[in-house]
Order: sequence, then structure tokens, then C-alpha cells
Amino acid sequence: MAYKLIGKNFTPPDIEAKVTGAARFAEDFRADGMAHVKIWGSKMPNGRVTRIDTSAAERVPGFLAALVPDDVKQPDGAGQAILSSQPRYFGEPVVAVAAETEQAAADAIAALVVEMELLPFVVDPLESLKPDGPNAFSGGNVVGSGIDLQTVKWSGRDFALAGEGELPRGNAPLEWSFGDVEAGFAAAKVIVEESFVHASNSHHAMEPRSAAAYWEGGKCHVWGSTQSTAFAQPGLANLIGIPLSDLVFVAEYCGGGFGGKAGAYPLMALPALMSKKLGGRPCLLRVSRKEEYDNGYARGGFQGWAKLGFREDGRLIAADVFVVQDLGTTQGFPDFNNVANATSIVFQPESMRFRAVPVMTNTVPKGAQRGPGENQTANMIEPLFDKAAAELGIDRVAIRVINAPGGGGKDAKFGKAQGPVSSAYLRDAIEKGAEQFRWSERVAASRSRDGSRVRGYGVASAFHTAGSNGFDGLVRITPDGILHVHTGVGNLGTYSYASTSRIAAEVLGYDWSRVVLEYGGTARHLPWNLGQFGSNTNFTMTRTNWVAAMDAKAKLQEIAAAVLGGTPEDYELRDERVVATADASKGISFAEAAQKAIEMGGKYSGQQLPEDINPMTIASATAMAGSGLIGVAKDTLPKVGTVPALSASFVEVDVDVETGKVDIRECLTVADCGTVIHPMGLAAQVRSAAVMGFGLAHTERHIYDPAYGRPNARALYLSKPYSILDVPADGLHWAAVDQPDFENPMGMKGIGEPIQGSASAALICAISDALGGHLFNRVPVVTDMIINAAEGMPQSHKPLATNTV
Amino acid sequence: MDGIGPFDPTVGYPSGPAIKEIGPEGRHIPLWKPLHMSRRAFLRGVVCSGTVIAGSAYLFSTASPARADARAVERMISLTVNGRTHTVDVPPNETLAFTIRYRLGLTGTKVGCNHAECGACTVMADGVTVYSCSTLTHRVRSKEIVTVEGIAAPDGTLHPVQQAFIEELAPQCGFCTPGQVVSAVALLNKNPRPTVDEARHALSGNLCRCGAYDHYLRGVMKAAERV
Repeated sequence: MAYKLIGKNFTPPDIEAKVTGAARFAEDFRADGMAHVKIWGSKMPNGRVTRIDTSAAERVPGFLAALVPDDVKQPDGAGQAILSSQPRYFGEPVVAVAAETEQAAADAIAALVVEMELLPFVVDPLESLKPDGPNAFSGGNVVGSGIDLQTVKWSGRDFALAGEGELPRGNAPLEWSFGDVEAGFAAAKVIVEESFVHASNSHHAMEPRSAAAYWEGGKCHVWGSTQSTAFAQPGLANLIGIPLSDLVFVAEYCGGGFGGKAGAYPLMALPALMSKKLGGRPCLLRVSRKEEYDNGYARGGFQGWAKLGFREDGRLIAADVFVVQDLGTTQGFPDFNNVANATSIVFQPESMRFRAVPVMTNTVPKGAQRGPGENQTANMIEPLFDKAAAELGIDRVAIRVINAPGGGGKDAKFGKAQGPVSSAYLRDAIEKGAEQFRWSERVAASRSRDGSRVRGYGVASAFHTAGSNGFDGLVRITPDGILHVHTGVGNLGTYSYASTSRIAAEVLGYDWSRVVLEYGGTARHLPWNLGQFGSNTNFTMTRTNWVAAMDAKAKLQEIAAAVLGGTPEDYELRDERVVATADASKGISFAEAAQKAIEMGGKYSGQQLPEDINPMTIASATAMAGSGLIGVAKDTLPKVGTVPALSASFVEVDVDVETGKVDIRECLTVADCGTVIHPMGLAAQVRSAAVMGFGLAHTERHIYDPAYGRPNARALYLSKPYSILDVPADGLHWAAVDQPDFENPMGMKGIGEPIQGSASAALICAISDALGGHLFNRVPVVTDMIINAAEGMPQSHKPLATNTV
Repeated sequence: MDGIGPFDPTVGYPSGPAIKEIGPEGRHIPLWKPLHMSRRAFLRGVVCSGTVIAGSAYLFSTASPARADARAVERMISLTVNGRTHTVDVPPNETLAFTIRYRLGLTGTKVGCNHAECGACTVMADGVTVYSCSTLTHRVRSKEIVTVEGIAAPDGTLHPVQQAFIEELAPQCGFCTPGQVVSAVALLNKNPRPTVDEARHALSGNLCRCGAYDHYLRGVMKAAERV
């Protein structure tokens, strides 16, 4: 279909402020008399605070106030506290201090006397599962989505039965299967069975989780850093202890989130609580990079095992997967469920058993990080496909094609229930990528040498769910004829807050220069929208903007009929006018219709609203009632299947077998993201996701001292996200299947997450290929592992050790 | 939501007030005004506080009398930023990032790591890029400082680097962007026709977690055709 705006590049409205420095992030908030807040973090990995003495701190010139755990409300169970009297990881906030200056606040923090009693702690999930292993939390050691808090200990026999380097497999609180797994293995030509480890790693958002707040007129004003402007508000209001209507929230820019700032989080509420204690005085909490490592979030790590049974032609007929997830100290994010989901859709096993044990450790909370569970799956499972392909003697692309979902987008089965999906073109993505990459031709150079450099190639796929439904859309046409699209999704930097808003403009036939995007805070009257996470924005927000625009379109037609006679069906939209289909000279402009909407009132200008929309949307629409033509609706469009984002990546590397250096020469990723809304935005996402994926595959990991439970990777140079010199110049390429999704009115679905996972796994496979085949069951594949492998030396790590080197 | 909901650490909190009420409004309100210090009190602080140095002193600066040291009489300095000369009160231990962000109100310069690792705080000092988070303001008091706010022309016309970054959709989250802009402009000021490799090395001190390096690099090369 020919679109006016969809599929075209555009300049997002917020980008100029980013290059001039005018963009205001949370820490850029300033107010007269602003106090500075700092936190005292636990010096123990698990402990109980026995005494807090603030008297010396209070004598520091400039000291204003302190908040201790008893001052703030506490979460139930294993929730994450704002301030904790039983901190369960090093760096967990215990006391907050406000002072006239940041220096005075730091001095006051240094003057605090906090006495703690050390409790048993654990940084390795398997240690906690041992018969006498410590629990990271007093109430138990295992918890998760759908899994009640409980204590799980495996027997000594469970551990003894596991072979050397093999994951012990005791009782798992989550277990399910479909198909006849044992029959599948019995019929398999080749069975691959491996244990593996996937490290945790920090989100490394460049903007720390700083926040600022003040109280005025009974309302609490908060500047926060979050991926989600609307979705973050209810949780934040509750943390602050106020009704949603008393929260004035500004989150116009978010300096990176990657899941770590999906919504609100306890630290965001701290300046507001301190401000309340100071009678409303503005408070700024500037979070340092070191604090990001101490009490920020991280990707959930895994210790796992998989047994895969393949038919002679490479078809996966049986999969048995067992994972132990490191949750950190809270319930964390259910990455483990996504391991099962990703395995089921990417490889379409004919039978599958899945078991999982999510275990708490005394490490930072494990939140969602880009492709949570799915991208670890790619890194853990894709190398096993290379091993199977080698044993079966078939090509590595061929084994993926035969298993990938395709069939015109309709033959995929998803998850435990083997349910339907909205569209899945992974097979098309792999085939398109193989052709564009010239895989068959280039892979012949695999393992060719140039001095100490050895060439390797890798291919891999990844998945993430890519859309939701049930949220609201809100648009407004003002009497000047301008279209205002109100979007509460958040501004993470993908520009999808803007690109998805173009759907409303497309539906109404607007010139983009006459569209104003309303985003970034409660003052912009936002509808209830899902946040910018989970690769969902393209699907979810195009639907909400579509239904709101369709509502506006219907009202325009009704107004025209009321003014000019006839029925609404007699009119259509053309060049920002609503005109008679039979006679285009008979019509009124959108500007005139908006003025008429105000005169007609009722549903036309927001005085009368749909009953099924969210209270947040009602409040926003009501605040604008009478200011123009209001289009507002809840997304009740049909949605049956899971929406999958899928991608396939192809990587060429040179590995220096003397130094272990990996030179990434080229990476191509093909995205199955439905209709492409914003080509340059997609290009930027695909290329940059590969960069983040390379770090995940090769360098990034959390490291804890197992003896003292202290984090050791507390700086960027220790955690090692990729720099510009680590990636090829002009070597990152992208393509899209560009097949519309069946359950989105314009065919869109998300893509942000799998494009990291497929590139990451393809790099791991390429490194292994250069070195001679499947070699690594541990991610990241760091330089010393490469050198050991190249030299035929044993690896220096214990096979299943995690959160360590 | 198909399991795509966020990791939500706000779940599990009871509803209701968050902090203990502090009594009738205003009763326990301590200070609600900027720290106010007379010249006499300031000098007294200078004389009396001597050599008190806190372990945290390297982090940021202070207006606190306890922090003032014997050299504090030299705190009033002239600092030229973006062509304007400011007279500012700067303690000897204050970083340039703090001075420009908190005293001059130029918040375009970002602090991402505090440790000269990420480059978000990059500014120019006499045309040379420096990490302002790890540069003492007093060390550059005689130099011309240029921040991201000083890159565009006074009439608002964007620098070719800024324009090219927009056209190439280089910024994503935007937090590292000011540093990328300053590093790129500093490069082109000295080397208007860089090779791709020279441009990569010029930007190698600026981390971008979004991973948008490719688009920044394209932007620099495009700008090089226009300067």
C-alpha cells in the first residue's frame, strides 16, 4: 500500500535539542534553594542494620535532613526497598541525606555511623541450591513469576549425579513439556547435550538514574529518567504515597534504559520523599556511575543445560532445556520463561521439555535487559546448532532454515501452549540474509589464515515478543487545524514515540509539518500507554494511534454531515479537509471542524468520553475538553496470536590466535518487524543493537568476589561495553523482510531486542568457527578463553562458576 | 501482555503515605533558602577551616565553609566559556564539569561516569578536548572553554557536525551526544578532511551505550564535506 508517511524518513522533533545541548535530562533540573541528596549504601552483601547514628552527620555544615529505613514504607516479601534495614547486596541504599551542597551531603554521608550484623550470603545460584547453601533472603531462595517464594535445596546426590562440568538437575519448581520428548530423542540421528553459563551484565545506560523533585500546591513534581512516561506514573505515585492525580511528572528525555529504567524504580522516589521531609524544598539526587554498578540493575545470568535431538535432515525433533537463573536479590525479571519461549519459536521443536529454577543471590537486582532471556538463549543455544550441523554434515544456514518458522508468516507455534503468532518470517529473514551476505560463497573461506589471523563466520537468530494491546490513543485537532498526537510511551532514543505517532497523521492525511507531538510529561495530557520496553512500541502504539485517529476521522465525518447535510458516510478526508465524496468542493477544513467540535461539545470535544478508557486517559482528555476535536479510544482491535519480533544475523570475523583479539569485519542483520515505519530509525537500531550484542558476546560481565560478596566490575573499563574502535567502520549492515504483520492495522510490529541477540550469538558462532567449531559454553567469550582455546589449553574458569571471572 | 511487562520494582508496595508525617505543615521545615553566607562569615571559614580535606573532596565542589581551604582567597576567577567571560567563585577542588553545569547553568555537558571513561562531559579547552569531569576548573582558568552550547553559531545556525548528526540520525538517547559533537568539532577544526580511521580515533573517547557509532561516524564524514 502506498503511504504518505509510513516507510519514509523524517526528522524527529527532539533530535536538534540533543545535538545542541538543550535537551533536559533529569539531572539538568535546577531550582533556587535546591538541596542535594546522597545515599549511604550497604558495605555488606547481606546484613541487618543494628544502629544508625546521624548525630555527627547532622553537625556537618549544610546538613538538612536524613531519611532512614523506618521513615519510608517498605515493600512486601522480597521486593526492592527504597531504603532498607536489611540490605541484601553490597551498595543497597540504607540511609539518605540531604544537604545544602553535594559536597556537604557527601561529607554527611561520610560522617554517618551505621552498624550492621553480617548475615550468610551467596553470589552463585548453585551454591544456594546446595543442601547447606545460604539463602540470599530470609524468606527463601527461589521465587519468580508464577513461582511462590520458597526454599529449594537439591540433595548431595543431585550434585553427585552430574558429571564433571555438567549442570546438576534437581527439583525444579517450573516444569512443562509438549510432544513426546523421549520418543524424539530415541528417533534422533544426532543428540547434542551441553551445560553452559551466561553472565549477568550491567545496563550501562549513559545517564545514571538521577532524579529531582519538589512539592508545591499539594502536588509532587518529579523529574525522572525512565523509558516510559505514562506507564511509570502509577508505581511512582505509590512509592511517593500520593494519588496519581497529585503527581506532576517530567520525563522528556531518557539517557538510555535498555530495560533498566522500564518504568519507575525506588530510587526515583527518594528525592520526592526527602523533599517532603524538607517541606517541599527542591531536592536533586545525582547518581554516580559507581552507584550504578552498586545498586543499579543487571541482566539475569544463567547456569543451564540443554539436550537437543536432531533428525538426519537437521530438523529439531526433541529439546530438553533446564536453566537456573540468577535473580539477584528480588523476584527479578522472568528471563527463564523467555528462554522457553525463544527456544520454542526460533527452533520450532517438535517436542520439548522445559525446567527452570530462578534463584536469589546477594547481587544487584536482575531487571529486564534488552532481550531478557531471549538473547541469552540465542547465545546459549545457537552454538549447539553449529555443533549439530557439523555432526550431521549439513550447512549451518541450512539447519536454521529447516527449523525456522516461515510458511507465509503463518506456520509458527509458540511456547508451552504451542499457540498462534501474529506473523513470523524468520525463515525468510535467514534466507534473505544468506543471499545478501553471500554466505555459501564466503563460508568457503572459513578458517583460512593470514599470519596469526584466522577467518570465521557465524549465523544466528533471535526472538522477542513485539507487541501488546488494550491501551488508549488520544489525538486532538485544534481550531488552527494542527493535529496534536498525545503519546505517553516514553522517549528512549529509538524515536518510535514519534514514528508511531505518524500513524495518526497517516490515517487523517496530515502534512507532517502540521503535526505536534505531545510527550514527555503529565503536563502534556498523556493517554494511558504501555512503556517503551519489550520491543512492543511499534505494534502497541500504532494500534492506539490508529484507533484514536479513526475516532477523530469518524467525528470529522459526522461534523461535516451536521454542517453540510447528508450522512457521515457521504464524506471523506482529503488534504486536511472533510469533503463530500461526490463533490470535493463541498466540505469544511479540519480547522473549521475543530471549531465546530467545540461548539457541538459532548463527545466531539472531550466532554463525553468512552467508558472503556483508562482513568489516566480520562483525566488527560477531560483537561483538554473544549479545546478542539478530541479523538480518543481504547485499542480493542482483535489480537489472537503472540506478536514475535525475529531477526537473523551473519558475522565475519578474524580471530588473532596469538593475542585472542577479535576483529569484527562485517555484520548483517535482517529484521522481521512487519511494515517498516521509519527506515533510518530501523537502520540505526539494527546497527547499534549489533554493537551492544557484541559486548554481550565478548566482553561484558558482572564480577563478584565470592569470598566477600563485593562487586568488582564497578567501572566502565572493568565492565567493558564496546567502543567505536571495537566495531567495523561501515561494516554493519541491515535489511528487513518487510512483510506486514497480520494483527496490526498497518502491519507493524517491534524489533528492538532480537537484533541484539542474533548479532551477539552470530559473533560467538563466528569466533568458534575460526577456532575450529563449537568450543564455548560460556558467555561472554572473553579473550583469555579464546587464547586458551587456540592453544588447546584447559580453560582457567570453573565450568559452571558464575558472577566471577 | 505476553510476558513483556517490565521488570517493575515498584510492585509489592502497600498503598498509602510513603514517609512518616512530620506534623503540622512547616513545623519541622528546616532551611528553605539558599545557603547564605556573609563575606565576614566566609572569610572566617577560610581562616578557621585550615586544611580540612574530606575523602570525598575530589568528587565535586562546595560552598560550605568547612571545605574552604587556605587558598580560597583565590577562588574568584575569570573563566571564558563559549566566548563569554564569567567571574565565578570556584574552590580549588572543583571540576570543570561542575562549574559549567552548576555555576554557569550550562547543562548540555553531561556527567556519565565521573571518572574520565565515557566522554559525555567532553569540552574543548583552547581547542583541545578534555574530560571536564576530571579537569579542575582552576587548571583551565586561562583557557578558552567551549561546550556543546557554544558549537552552533550565535544566531542558532547549527554547525555542520550538528546538522550532519541530525541528518544521519546519529543520536539515540542523546546523553553522549554533546560529547560526540564536541569531539567531532574539535577534530574538524584541526583536520577538516579526516580519514575514516582518523575520525574513529577522534571519537574513541566517547562511549555510546546505544551503540550508534556507525551513525556518528557517518555524520562526521558528511560534516567534513561541508566545513
